[in-house]
Amino acid sequence: MMPRLWPMFVKEFIQMRRDRLTLMIVTGLPVLQLLLFGYAIQTDVRHLPTVVVDESRTPESRDLIAAFENTGSFTIIARLDGREALDRALARGTAAAGIIVPADYPRQLLRGQPATVQVVVDAADPLSSQSGLAAAAGVAQARNLAILSAAAGRAGPPLEARVRPRYNPGLRSATFIVPGLVGVLLTMTMVLITAMAIVRERERGTLEQLIVTPITKTELMLGKITPYIGVGLVQMTTVLLVGRVVFDVPLTGNLLLLYAVALIFVIASLSLGLFISTLVRTQQQSMQVSFFIVLPNILLSGFMFPRAAMPLFFQWVGLLLPLTHFLKVLRGILLKGVGVAALWPEIVILAAFAGGLIVLAVRRFRKTLD
Amino acid sequence: MTSAAVETHGLTRRFGAVTAVRDLSLRIETGEVFGLLGPNGSGKTTTIRMLCGLLEPSAGTASVAGIDVAAAPEQIKLRIGYMSQRFGLYEDLTVAENLAFYGGIYGLRGEAAERRTAEIVAFLEIGPRLGQLAGQLSGGWKQRLALGCALLHRPVVLFLDEPTAGVDPAARRNFWQAIHDLARAGTTVLVTTHYMDEAERCTRLAMMSGGHLIALGTPAEVAAQVGGGGRTLEDAFIILQERDER
Repeated sequence: MMPRLWPMFVKEFIQMRRDRLTLMIVTGLPVLQLLLFGYAIQTDVRHLPTVVVDESRTPESRDLIAAFENTGSFTIIARLDGREALDRALARGTAAAGIIVPADYPRQLLRGQPATVQVVVDAADPLSSQSGLAAAAGVAQARNLAILSAAAGRAGPPLEARVRPRYNPGLRSATFIVPGLVGVLLTMTMVLITAMAIVRERERGTLEQLIVTPITKTELMLGKITPYIGVGLVQMTTVLLVGRVVFDVPLTGNLLLLYAVALIFVIASLSLGLFISTLVRTQQQSMQVSFFIVLPNILLSGFMFPRAAMPLFFQWVGLLLPLTHFLKVLRGILLKGVGVAALWPEIVILAAFAGGLIVLAVRRFRKTLD
Repeated sequence: MTSAAVETHGLTRRFGAVTAVRDLSLRIETGEVFGLLGPNGSGKTTTIRMLCGLLEPSAGTASVAGIDVAAAPEQIKLRIGYMSQRFGLYEDLTVAENLAFYGGIYGLRGEAAERRTAEIVAFLEIGPRLGQLAGQLSGGWKQRLALGCALLHRPVVLFLDEPTAGVDPAARRNFWQAIHDLARAGTTVLVTTHYMDEAERCTRLAMMSGGHLIALGTPAEVAAQVGGGGRTLEDAFIILQERDER
């Protein structure tokens, strides 16, 4: 069965070993990306640089401003004299938030009238403004409850919601990002490597010599893929290890199951690359198409942005990406510790992708020069 | 009459509006060293590529070693050897690794593979270069290696597309010695060339111009077509081509 697969595999393996640049990309890239994403990308925004205009200058107003600062969401960088100065600071970008305490604040409190405090947030960046807004609302609510409870003569608020963030109790970005990064990195490198595979041989003139031999299309394609399956699994191991050691990302579930599903996902990604390789004529084109494919994978798969927030159409588009399904598996196994019983639909879909794409690539490939 | 090694009838190939090969009919007997002669763009490479199954003919038929090219291109591939114009082996593999790869692809295994590779290495005298990367070889050595890889599976018909382009005279002479050795052992060779001295060494010639045949026969017969006498093959080629273009 497929007698020419082995020589093809050996040849690809030797070439892979001698190709320093590719090897560097394949081994160095994961670590670099991991550190980049792990350290730089924090979706929980803390310490917004904040300016304060305290028109009342009373113990009550200072108390309120301290309450804002204590949330950790605001870091007071300056106390300003007028609202115009605050506007300028926001416009210039030196501050991302501003707090204005009006002169009548303590008087209104004392009279039992609604007192106002104004919080202005630079919402040009919605992600960081949201956490500012939420923190401000939180401060106001806590104050309200304290005042109302005291007035009603109660020890505490009538209702308290006890919130428990499961699977990522610290709500840390790294815990969420690193497992996803395994999938993103595998997609990026695996697709790109094989997208170049056929077209490189075509450009170098070696394909012509190869296709006058009795090698079958399947042998050729599988021979191109197999050496890189190992590379993909090594890559995943690297990311998981660094994630564990540097970012303390949990490895909760069955790792054997994870590697088995990763194997399927790697084959699907490599086959997608091969398919691209049969569509394009030059290595440059294959690079462009690969990047065109990698971008939606990052945006629509749920790697960074919640799929539930996307319009229905883009949620469907996301379902067409193998990464979307693999991310569920990664997070399911690594963070929740779930097994086949919970993940079998994703596993079936990934297997269908892998099988379908490889058949498509073999079908598309022609053993001729036109 | 023995069975033909290569036979074509009305073989035609178009690329869009351009007809690269037009209505080519040839018959090459087993054991011949058959030369395809013609300027660049005359259709030599396209003809060879159609015979190897690399390009599909637009019209006409061709058979190689008795097998129809269009009907069973994969069956032909075990029976032919092919050397493309451009060096087609892996420059990042050594000479030995290239030989091992093509040996494996042609189904040679174990002891048979070792024996056949040793034969080829001895025949082409490439022993001292086995450990060298193919990309670091000179033109002459590359050409020998390419011939070696094309011969591993003992092909019945050998297609050589401008095999001696960019090769020094001494290496060219050795190469033609090897080709005649192969022909004597029964291999049919179809070779394209620019060089008149190489054309003289063929058993028969086909001259092509603008995608069709302008002369066919032994070198002496072709020279005679333009009046013979002191006319050389080169004279004949130039005269025939000018006639064709008019």
